[in-house]
Amino acid sequence: MAGPVGWLVIAYIGSLVVLFVAALWRLDPFTAEIVKSIGFQNFETLWQEDVYRQIAQRTVVIAALVTLADILLAFPIAFYMAKIARPRVRALLLVAVLMPLWSSYLVKVYAWRTILNEEGILNWALDPLGAKGPGFGNVATWLVFTYLWLPFMIIPIYAGLERIPNSLFDASGDLGGRPWMTFRRVVFPLAFPAIVAGSIFTFSLTLGDYITPTLVSSTQFIGNVVYDNVGVANNLPLAAAFATVPVAIMLLYLLVARRLGAFENL
Amino acid sequence: MYVTGRTRFMLRIGSAITLAFIYLPLLVILLYAFNREKVQTWPIDGLTLDWFDKAFHNPGVRDALWTSVKAGLGATAIALFLGTCAAMAVARHRFFGRETISFLVILPIALPGIVTGMALNATFREVLSPFGVELGLFTIIVGHATFCIVVVYNNVVARLRRVGGSLEEASADLGADTWQTFRLVTMPSLRSAMLAGALLAFALSFDEIIVTTFTAGAEQTLPIWIFSNIARPNQLPIVNVVAVMVILLSMIPVYFAQRLTRERDDEPGVVPVPAAGGH
Repeated sequence: MAGPVGWLVIAYIGSLVVLFVAALWRLDPFTAEIVKSIGFQNFETLWQEDVYRQIAQRTVVIAALVTLADILLAFPIAFYMAKIARPRVRALLLVAVLMPLWSSYLVKVYAWRTILNEEGILNWALDPLGAKGPGFGNVATWLVFTYLWLPFMIIPIYAGLERIPNSLFDASGDLGGRPWMTFRRVVFPLAFPAIVAGSIFTFSLTLGDYITPTLVSSTQFIGNVVYDNVGVANNLPLAAAFATVPVAIMLLYLLVARRLGAFENL
Repeated sequence: MYVTGRTRFMLRIGSAITLAFIYLPLLVILLYAFNREKVQTWPIDGLTLDWFDKAFHNPGVRDALWTSVKAGLGATAIALFLGTCAAMAVARHRFFGRETISFLVILPIALPGIVTGMALNATFREVLSPFGVELGLFTIIVGHATFCIVVVYNNVVARLRRVGGSLEEASADLGADTWQTFRLVTMPSLRSAMLAGALLAFALSFDEIIVTTFTAGAEQTLPIWIFSNIARPNQLPIVNVVAVMVILLSMIPVYFAQRLTRERDDEPGVVPVPAAGGH
C-alpha cells in the first residue's frame, strides 16, 4: 500500500514544491539563465506591472460571469431531471448530460471556432435579423467557457435538488406560496450549497485554462501568460509565480465554499 | 409533487434550450466532417466521404493517434493499479494519514490544469533531466496517470464502501489467505467498478491537452495534433474528421462506464470530477 502514497507524494506534491520554489528563482536578463537564488522579485513584477494585474482581473471576472451563466442554464434542466421527469426520461437526460462531460474538450472549442467564424453558422443564422455574432474576443471566450463547464454545474445541482424532499415544496404551496415565492424562499436556499459546489468546478477550470482564449480570442488570461513564459520566453520562475495566483484564489474559494456547506454536495 | 402547468412548461423549455446548447455545436462539427468544400463556410454545399480516407492515410494523424493510444493505455494501467491500491487502503484499513490520501488523490484534478502541468514540467526539467529522462511519451504517461488515478479511485472506493468488508472477513474465517481472498472475493466484486474507472481514465487521457502540452516535449498526441493544425486552413477538413473520431472514441467509453456503474437507472453512475482541462 505504500506504492500509491509514494507515487503521489513524489510525482505530485514534490512537483508542487518544486513549482513554489521555482517561483522564487529569477531569470538573469542578460544571460537568459535561471538564477537559483531565493527572492520575491517575480511577485513584485507581477504586482507592479499593470498588464499582469489586468490579466488576473480579466480572468477572475470572466470566471465569475461563466459561473453565473452556467447556473442560469443548469438550474431548469437540473430541476426538471430531479423533480419532474419520469424515471426513464430522467435516465436518458442524465446520460445526455454526462456523455459530453468527459469527452473532447479541444473538439468542443474547435466546434465553437467554426460556429463563431466570420462565415460561420451563427452569422448565417443572425443575418436575416440584421444582427451579427460576437466574433472572436472576450465574449466568445465567455461563451465557450460557459459551454465547456456546463455539465459540471448541472450534476451537483441535480444531486442537491434530488435530496430535497418534495413535501417541502408542497407545504410551501399549501401555505399559499406562489411558484416564484416557493423558488425564492424554499428551493433556492436549499439548493444553494449545491450551486456553490458546482461553481468550484466552473471557477477552477476557467482559472486554469489557456487553450480556449488562444483559440477564440486574442486577449490574454492567467493561463496564457504562464504557458508563454514556460515555452517561448523560457522564464520558468515568472511562470511559476503567476501560476500560484490561481492556486491562492482557489484555496480561498474552497475555504469559503466549505463554510457554505458545499463540500457535502461534491 | 405538484407543479403548475405553466412552471412545468417553462422548465421543459429551459431544459430543451440547455440540451440544444450542449449538442448543436457537436452536430455542426459532425456535418463539417462530410463537407465537400475545403473552406469552413455555412451553409454546406455538398457531402463527401473523401476526408475520412485522407485522414486515415495522413502520417501525422496516424502517428499522433498511435501516441495517444499508447499514452492512454500506459496512464490507464498505472492509474488502475495505484487507484485500486489507494482505494483498498482507504476503504479497508486504518492508518495514519488516511484522510489525507483521498484529498491528495483529488488534488491533481481539483487544481487548475495549468498548475498541474507547470508543476510536472518544472519537476521533469529540474529533477528528471539530470538522469537523462527527457520530455516524451514517458513523461506524458506519468502526467496523465497523476490525474487519472482519481477516476479509478473514486469508482473503486465507492464500490468497496457499498459492498462492505463482511464477505472478506467470512472468507478469512473460512481459512483463505490474503491473496486467495483478494483473488476470489474482493476482485470479482470490484471488477466492473475497475473496468468503469479504466474506461474513464482512458477517455480522460485520450482527450487531455493542457497538462500534455507541458509534458510532451516533441511528441504529438491527437489533441496536440489538432491544436497545432487548427491554424492551418489547408488541414481543416482533416481536423474535422479527427475531431469526429475523438468525439466518438471518448464518448463510447463514457457511455459504457456509465452503464457499468449505476445501480438504479436514474442515478449518475459516473462520479463527476472535472477533467484537468477537460477535463
